[in-house]
Parts: sequence; structure tokens; C-alpha cells
Amino acid sequence: MQVTMTVNGDEVSADVEPRLLLVHFLRDHLRLTGTHWGCDTSNCGACVVWIDGVPVKSCTVLTVMAGGHQIRTVEGLEVDGRLDPVQEGFMQEHGLQCGFCTPGMMLTARWLLDREPDPDEATIRDAISGNICRCTGYEDIVRAVRWAAEHPRGAGTADDEVAVGDQVEEVQA
Amino acid sequence: MTTTEHRSPAGNPMGFGRMLRKEDVRFVRGRGTYVDDVVLPGMLHGAILRSPQAHARIRSIDTSQAEAHPKVKAVITGATLETLNLAWMPTLSQDVQAVLATDKVRFQGQEVAFVVAEDRYSARDALELIDVDYEPLDPVVDARKALDPGAPVIRDDIEGKTDNHIFDWEAGDRALTDEVFAGAEVVVAQDMLYPRVHPASIETCGTVAHMDPVTGKLTVWSTNQAPHAHRTVYALVAGIPEHKIRIISPDIGGGFGGKVGIYPGYVLAVVGSIVTGKPVKWVEDRQENLTSTAFARDYHMHGEIAATRDGTILGLRVKVLADHGAFNGTAQPTKFPAGFFHIFTGSYDLRAAHCQVTGVYTNKAPGGVAYACSFRVTEAVYLVERIVDVLADELGMDPAELRMKNLLRPEQFPYTSKTGWEYDSGDYPRALQMALDMAGYDALLAEQAEKRARGELMGVGVSFFTEGVGAGPRKHMDILGLGMADGCELRVHPTGKAQLRLSVQSQGQGHETTFAQIVAQELGLPPEDVEVIHGDTDNTPFGLGTYGSRSTPVSGAAAAVVSRRIRDKARVIAAAALECSVDDLEWEHGRWFVRGDPEQGKTIQEVAFLSHGNLELPEGVEGHLDASAVYNPPNLTYPFGAYVCVVDVDPGTGEVKVRRFVAVDDCGPRINPMIVEGQIHGGLADGVGMALMQAMAFDEVGNHLGASFMDYLLPTALECPSWETGQTVTPSPHHPLGCKGVGESATVGSPAAIVNAVVDALEPYGVRHADMPLTPAQVWLAMQGRPARTDLAFT
Amino acid sequence: MQTPAPFDYARASSLEHALELLDRHGPDARVVAGGHSLLPMLKLRVAYVDWLVDINDLRDLDYVRVDGDAIAIGALTRHATLLESPLLAEHYRIFADAERVIADPVVRNRGTIGGSLCQADPSEDLAAVCSALRAEMVLRSAEGTRRVPAREFHQGPYETACRPAEILTEVRVPIRAGWVGSAYRKVERRAGDWPVAAAGAFVQVDGDTVTDVGIGLTAVGAPHFCAPEAEERLRGGSAGDGELTAAAELAAEASNPQTDQRGPADYKRHLARELTLRSLRRAVARARGQGG
Repeated sequence: MQVTMTVNGDEVSADVEPRLLLVHFLRDHLRLTGTHWGCDTSNCGACVVWIDGVPVKSCTVLTVMAGGHQIRTVEGLEVDGRLDPVQEGFMQEHGLQCGFCTPGMMLTARWLLDREPDPDEATIRDAISGNICRCTGYEDIVRAVRWAAEHPRGAGTADDEVAVGDQVEEVQA
Repeated sequence: MTTTEHRSPAGNPMGFGRMLRKEDVRFVRGRGTYVDDVVLPGMLHGAILRSPQAHARIRSIDTSQAEAHPKVKAVITGATLETLNLAWMPTLSQDVQAVLATDKVRFQGQEVAFVVAEDRYSARDALELIDVDYEPLDPVVDARKALDPGAPVIRDDIEGKTDNHIFDWEAGDRALTDEVFAGAEVVVAQDMLYPRVHPASIETCGTVAHMDPVTGKLTVWSTNQAPHAHRTVYALVAGIPEHKIRIISPDIGGGFGGKVGIYPGYVLAVVGSIVTGKPVKWVEDRQENLTSTAFARDYHMHGEIAATRDGTILGLRVKVLADHGAFNGTAQPTKFPAGFFHIFTGSYDLRAAHCQVTGVYTNKAPGGVAYACSFRVTEAVYLVERIVDVLADELGMDPAELRMKNLLRPEQFPYTSKTGWEYDSGDYPRALQMALDMAGYDALLAEQAEKRARGELMGVGVSFFTEGVGAGPRKHMDILGLGMADGCELRVHPTGKAQLRLSVQSQGQGHETTFAQIVAQELGLPPEDVEVIHGDTDNTPFGLGTYGSRSTPVSGAAAAVVSRRIRDKARVIAAAALECSVDDLEWEHGRWFVRGDPEQGKTIQEVAFLSHGNLELPEGVEGHLDASAVYNPPNLTYPFGAYVCVVDVDPGTGEVKVRRFVAVDDCGPRINPMIVEGQIHGGLADGVGMALMQAMAFDEVGNHLGASFMDYLLPTALECPSWETGQTVTPSPHHPLGCKGVGESATVGSPAAIVNAVVDALEPYGVRHADMPLTPAQVWLAMQGRPARTDLAFT
Repeated sequence: MQTPAPFDYARASSLEHALELLDRHGPDARVVAGGHSLLPMLKLRVAYVDWLVDINDLRDLDYVRVDGDAIAIGALTRHATLLESPLLAEHYRIFADAERVIADPVVRNRGTIGGSLCQADPSEDLAAVCSALRAEMVLRSAEGTRRVPAREFHQGPYETACRPAEILTEVRVPIRAGWVGSAYRKVERRAGDWPVAAAGAFVQVDGDTVTDVGIGLTAVGAPHFCAPEAEERLRGGSAGDGELTAAAELAAEASNPQTDQRGPADYKRHLARELTLRSLRRAVARARGQGG
């Protein structure tokens, strides 16, 4: 059946089977492969995307259910060519190793910071408790989210710190 | 060793030191390329029909309805494979494993048929159209009954096989050990199970196989930690010429030893591609992952420890029953069927030790060596660290004090253990003392005493571990006859930018960063100017890959050696350019200069251009600035560490909370401390998972009771405390950089600390041991004096 | 990744439309809201449907508000909303206690109270909460509206009083006057896991006398997720610890747990007692304005 939605600001339409899971639509049809999947039971959080500003597990949403809604994926975290502070924080604080849980983890973290700009460690741990990471033991993820909290976009004080990451990124990219 | 004071133009350390990871630039943008991200024109999708039975004879398989499905391109059964002589494949332990079952199924989840269809949904649909008629057989579920007379024979495919015995293996001096035990003042014994667990990387296993029907070249993208070894195995198994096979490991979403072996699904995708002439993708779902691919551990251990009354440990004696599942598919050096388990004497100075390991078949998935185990050092460390606590309990001695009294002393290194290991270097008491100091051990004990008086349960657990990693010396170690060496190539381009080609494969360890740092350290090139290439057999030198914490000990050494070769060559070229003798040149941070005249010199970048330019080179010196090396490790490296865990247990519910965890690790010099710390953090979380929640029990008919993430629980951020880490640095004397490897240290060392802490908390209940995982139910049962077997269903 | 078998899908634009769709497609049609119970079962192919009727557009079923003498909760209210509702926090902290340990924050953004209750999992936390509070379920069909007490709504594992062409639209929790406190306590193997066992309670006190009480249990095989004998023991009596302990014992007796990998039956029965006692103690403390 025909479905239309907005993905990272772009309107997309497709003819899909009703059973097609949103994660497969994003990955296989739109080739937005930054959204991953890691289980079948809504436990791991690798597939987290936003629907209308709220993170959900896209392995447990039908594509047709997302029709008419706003989807944001990891590819939409970067705005106007600038990384989100959460993305910067994950680089600065080593919040990722294999990178597989990272997109879902960052989308959950961004949502947390939008609601609670200065979360303490316990709040961060609770917020990401539906996103499983096998590499980091969560320590540096917590630090990455704190980094992002301390370097909000547009805050004048952040520029120097962000520049370090920009510099590294520029040279390495 | 560190050169952090020197920064590159991009602000990175010109060598060892904290440096942000190069690979993160793509990962934080969702721009990694994992296997399931690979899409080829015309690609088809495979799905595997798996056995619901643990042990059953296959009477018939009817695939006609599936074949009639409009989107199905091929249905492959064991019968199809028999015609290609591919129904069975060799394992890494001199056994065979069914690619698709032909005679009978031997574990729940075993591969029975393979469907290739136009899309993944249709492939899954077609599985429901295949009708298999099974004749159920009695399964062997309890490993402790596998050798009972009259037990069902699982491997009747092996001619003359009348039981479920795989091997007996022993190490150490049995007679001396018995003598030491006979004369000891104190002997205590403890049975303990290191249960079956699964590494469960968040990315499952998968592959895209493309046999080009025109060129005859097979290209395989797969989740794999050892691409070169896979290439050779495919050549041996399928008879495809090795130069016509290209294995690509793209970004890997975590491995932890679960992506070392070759699984039937990989082979089936290759067959599917050969049959259809199209690329075929197969990616397992989580249930398939947990029920069929590499599990780890499953060691039923009986340990005994002998000591004097005043706490001098004299000997260790261990018997192990090893559950290898239905096929002996463990991946470890050929001469060691129990892996490195015989390092079980741990970190202690004792007189004698002996272990005996018996491997058995059961109706469970094959495997055993995975999950950051360093070839079963995990089981060994758990055994010794648990039984030392049992001894402490028997002696009424503080477990930390007992350890301190018996640890090897710094002057004993290099130390040859009673089971034949040559420990390279260490200062164990220093590490343990540091951990105790960081934890505030005495204050913790005082707090515990106060709480006990109030009826509250708090426990403090200590563990100390020594690992042997970086396999391995070729005189002792090979896999399928392949020596465990790694190659490395470095090309410095005319403008001074370099490419480093590795045989090892990152699954998150950050090789693209740390190996560039090794080159920076050795050659003075900015790390951002060194591109690390790995994971593609057509573009990298041969080597055995990343597992057993071997990347830095073996491949890292190769990278150092190759950099030094470039440096030596650069010296010759610089001397020619400066018209001086090679002996007149001194090296400093990327530049050869004339001794006594530092203004006269050539940077490595200048030499790079000269080497490609029109400079007249001395006789016998080839142009360009390239080199290659193969590193054969002379010995393993022996990282070690001391851990302290603090837990609180709810006496009314059995819930365990890990309140604190202190980890002091010594892995020699740290190339990138940020990455090393991260690896340790991850391993500590593994310890929490294994000690407290990860369970894969089997019921009486062989049903797998941990087949999804709803039942096989992985720790979240809420179960993990904020890790407190410390370090000592004892370089390895034989590694070019002194580095020892760290990827598995915390996974190896942490479970015992947590279990020791919980058992310590339960001391008022007289608990001396309970098997992992210490779920609330298991803790409560232990408090009742009846801890459960965690390999079987709760009764 | 596992994928569901084919089905048809319709999106309801109103409650009437949803009822009409259910009526039209018969018993093999299922309502989907958050989908976090149903979709995993479809993916694992342990459940099959012919039609899915999506009610996510029925935004007017997403509310928590005072309606007469009750708090009315729309069936489409997400777990996250229940967790954060100031109204529920004011009257019944048992909701936040329970919601804090239901699944994880991301799942709670999507899953709904209606979906959870209609799934009727024998380990459902909200079933115990609603049973403890003696809530009422409002069911709509083409024939009209009926109200079913929570303790009659759940009729067994995965069985409810909701008929095929009927939709749960609202959960009504009576507002109780005076000194009222409530609490919920769950033991789980890990954050986000289903309960090994859990118990919740509300208590209304007048001085030292319990004037009303409700006890809910889940995952322990208590019929209708409740412990009426334990409530009877407390009602009209003292709120002292001895009485609470005796009631907790009766709650354990009311349970009939099954052994599984979360734990053996005797452990779960022990938990029924222990967690009932803890919930009662906390509920009493909260009723008196004490304790967190």
C-alpha cells in the first residue's frame, strides 16, 4: 500500500507491503543504513529512530504506521553540515567502539538532552537503559552525553572545545 | 616511551597517547558499512530452516511447496549438498560439522534447509512451506550424563563411535601434584560451573557471497574476525583456488570471538550464489545467533586446592568436563583441545598443579571458545580465583591477604609456571595493593561489619588474573596447520603520507587509530597521515586475525617492525642525500640529522620524496619507501590485573547491586589510553552480565531457554557502576613495543570478583559457592542452602 | 531479522471507524496501538493475523484526566505519559512506581496502557496495578459501551473480557478520599525485564485503621492479579506491621506461581509475600504522608 512520510525533512513516498517493518523501509528502501537492528524483540535499541520527536524502536513499528509522520534518523542528526553536540561528545569521550549501537544510542541521548539539558549520571543511565552496548560498559557513553550537555549547540562557550573535534575530523575525513 | 608532548599538525599525539578515533568520523554519522549494509545488483536473500528438535532422525524433507513460491529461486537441502560433497565441513578441531543435516539433527536450531528468494520476507515465508518429518530421539542435555553407559550416541555419523566422548587431555605433573596434596595440611574442593554463555554482539553474523560466474572469482563480505584464515578454509573446503577468493570484512558490529569460525550460513550463501549465479545475502536473526553460532565456556569444573594452615598455597588439582555441543568446533591452537585452560595456576607461586579435561558431545550447538576468553583463560582464572576464596573461607583468612601472600614476586620473572607457561613480566603485589588502596579495602571491611550487625548484606570480592595472549609462537601454536603469525605492509607515498596494511581485523578496537599511532611512534609521521587498511584479503598481507587479544601483541609488533625497517631504509637514503655516513645520523621524531650538526637533516617526508625521486641511491638500495614484515611471536604476552568489587544484596529478594568496581590493569605501555580504558570498561560490563544475568539453560528435551534478548539478558547502563580504573605498566621484554594486549583482560578477570563479592555478602548464610549467573532466584536459593544448576532448567 | 507473515492493514480515523473495521474483518482482525506486544509476536510468527486495525490516530483516546469520581485514562495513553502524569502522581504513586520498571524509556514512548492490558500477559505489571486499584475497564462496541471491573477483565493468561468486535477505550480508577497511599515493588533479573514477581497496593487509613485496601500481584499466578483474602484481613483492622505481615502471608497463599527461568515457584511465592509486605508498608507510609 502507498505510504508517505517525512524522513529527515524530506518527504518520501513508496508502495510497501503492510508488514514491512520501518527499520527495513529505512535501510532497504531509502538506503539509510545508519539505523541498525540487533534483535527481534524490542530489547536492544540499535534500531531507535524518532517519530514526531520521540525515540521509538523502529523494528517494532510498521512502515505504514509511520505514514504521515516525521521520522528522524542518525543521518538527520547533523544539521547544516554541523555535527550535533551528541555526535561530537561520542567522539570526544570515546562513547563508541564498534559503532553498531551508536546511532540508536545517540538518538536516545539527543531526546534526553532536549527534555533535560543538564542530566546527572543516574538520569543518563536510566534514559539509555533501553539501548544495549556490548563494547563500552556505558562509562564513556555517559561521559559523551555529559560532554554534549556541557557543549550545547550555539552556546558561545562551546566553540573552542568543538573546534578540537572539528579539527580532528577535518584532517581525518 | 610516550611522546604525547609532541603534537601533530592536527593536534594528535605523535605516537602513543590519547587520540580521538579516526573511525568515529563515519560511525557517528551512521556511515559505517556493516555486512547487512552491503547491497549488490541482483542480490538475493537466504534464510535457514532450523530444527525445532534437539535430537531427531530426519525421515524426509518436502521442499516442493517452497520451490513453488513465486519469489523463491532455490531451495537447498543436505541432499543437494551431498551431491556437491559439501554437506559436511571440517571444524577447527579436527571434527566435521553438518552444513545442512542429512541423517539427523543434533541440536535445536541446527541448519536443515536453505531458501534463496528475491527478498528477505519471501525467504522467511518459504521456510514455512518446507515440511520436515522428524523421528524424535532421546537427547543428551546434561553434560554430566553424556558418558553414562547407554547414553544416546549423538555422533553415529563417525564410524565406530559408540559413546559421546571427544577427548581427554591433561597438563601438569600428576604424580607430584598428588604427592603435594597427600602431604598438605589443608585441602579444599569445590565444584563449579562456568556456564554456557554467548558473546551476543549487537550485530549478528551474516554474509554476502558472490561467485562471479564469468571470472570464477568468489567475493565474500562477512562478519569475520579473521579474513585470511577464512580464505584458506574456503579454499580447502570448497576446492575453490585460493587466489580466486576474496574475503572482505567490512565494519564489524562487535565480535568478541563470535565471528572467528565459519558457520553453515556462510557456506550456504556461497552455495546459493553458485547455484543461482547471483549474489546471496544471509544475515542471522537474534534467535539464530543465540541458538546456533559460537557459544562460550560450558566448563563443569572440580577444583581442589592444597595449602598450609598459615595460608601458603601448595598445589591445584582440577578435573573438567567440557561440553562442546554436537560437533567439536572449538577454535583454538591445534595442540590445545582445552585451549589455554592449563594456565589455571593463575598468578600464584605453588609447588605442583595438574588438570585433566574431558570433552563430550551433547545435543547443543557447537562451540566453546569465544567471548573474550583468551582461549579459555577465562575459565582458568575463574576456577583459581573462586577456589582461592574458598580456601580463604576454610582458613578464616582475608582473601586479599591470602592472595598477597601467594602472588608471584617481581623477582621471579620471567617465570615458568608449573604447567609450562613462561610468564614474561609482572609486578603483581603492586597491582593488587593499588586496587586495594583505590577501593579503600579496610574501610569497606569496616562498613561491611557494621552492616552485617544490622542484618544488611554487603560483599567485597577480589580477583587477580594473569592472561597469556597474543598467540602464538609457531613451534607451539597453529590453527588448521596455519602458524599464528601476522603480516604487515607499510607504504610511504612520495608526499610522506602512508598506508599501513594489516592482517588483523577490528571489531571495534580502533585499529585505524592505534596502528597509525604505532607508525607515528616509530616513524614520526603524524597519525592522521597514516591510513590503516584492513579487512580485505586482496589488499592486505596474510595473517590469522583478531581474537585472543592478539592484535597488538602480534600485529602491533609487526607494525612496529615494519616501521623500523622503513626508518632504517630512510637512514640510508638520508645519508645519501646528506652525503654523510649512515653512522653519522641520529634519529629524532621523524627526522634523521647529522650528529653534531642538527640543522643538517632530512625528515621522513623529505626522505619519502627522495626515495621516489631522482636521488642517486647507494648500491643495493631500491627506490621507494615501502616495507613488509611478518611477525612470529617468540612467546605469549602476559597482561595481568587486580580487581575489587563491592556489592549489596537485598536479603529479602536476592537482588544484587554492583555498587563499585575497581580495576587495576597492567597491559604494558598503552598505545591509546582512551581506547585501552574503553576496552576494559566493556569487559567489566561483560563480567556483570556473566556473573549476574546471562543464562542459556536447556530443558530436559533440549529446548534452548535463552534464545532471545528477552531471556538472554545483557547488562544495561543501570546494572553497571561507574568503573574505577587504575594502571601499572610492566612492559613485555620480548614485544617490540612492550605491549601486552588488553582486549579480553576485564572479561577474563571480572566475573570472579563479582561472584566472590556476592558469596562474601552471603557469608552470614554459610554460602561458600553458587554458580553463575547469580540471578535473584539463584541468590535466594543459595541463601536457602540449595543453589541451582544453571545449565539446566530451574526445577 | 525476523519478519511477520503477510497481513492487511487499515488505519482507523475514529473510534466508530475502528469498530466498523473490526466488525467487517471478523475475529482474525486485531487492534494495534503501540504494537510492542503484538508486533514481536507477529515477527516471531507465534501469532498470525489477517487484518491489523491501527488506532494510533485516535488521539482523543490519549488522556489522563479527572472524570467525576474517577481518574479516566484513555486506552491509547503511552506508558511514558502515565509515568509522568502529575494527576496520577497526586493520587496513585503506584502508577509511577510500576511504570518506572516497565520495559525501558524508549519502549514506554510507544507502548500503551490499552495494549498492555489487552495483551493480558500473566506477568503484566499494569494488570496488577489496575487490579490493586479495582479499576474499571470501559469497552466499546457497535452495540454500545459497557464497564467491566478490572478483576473480571482478565480471565486468564492472554484472555480478557474484551470481545472480538470490541475495543478497550478507557481505564477508570476511582478517586479515594482521605489518607490514601499506594506503592508497587517488582523484582526483575535486569532493568526492563518482565517481573520475576511483583506486588502493588493502595491503602486508605483513618488513624491507625485501614479503611480500604487493594492488593495486586503479577507473575505469580494469582487469579485476576489480586489477593482478596489479604485485603479482607486488613480492611477495618490495624495498619500495624503485624497485620501487614499477616496479609502478605495471605497474598503468598493466593498466588500459584509456575517455575520458569525467572525462578522456581517457591521463590516466587516468597516474593509474593515479601513484595506485598513492602508495598503495603510503603503505601501506609505514603498514606500518612511519610516516606518516598
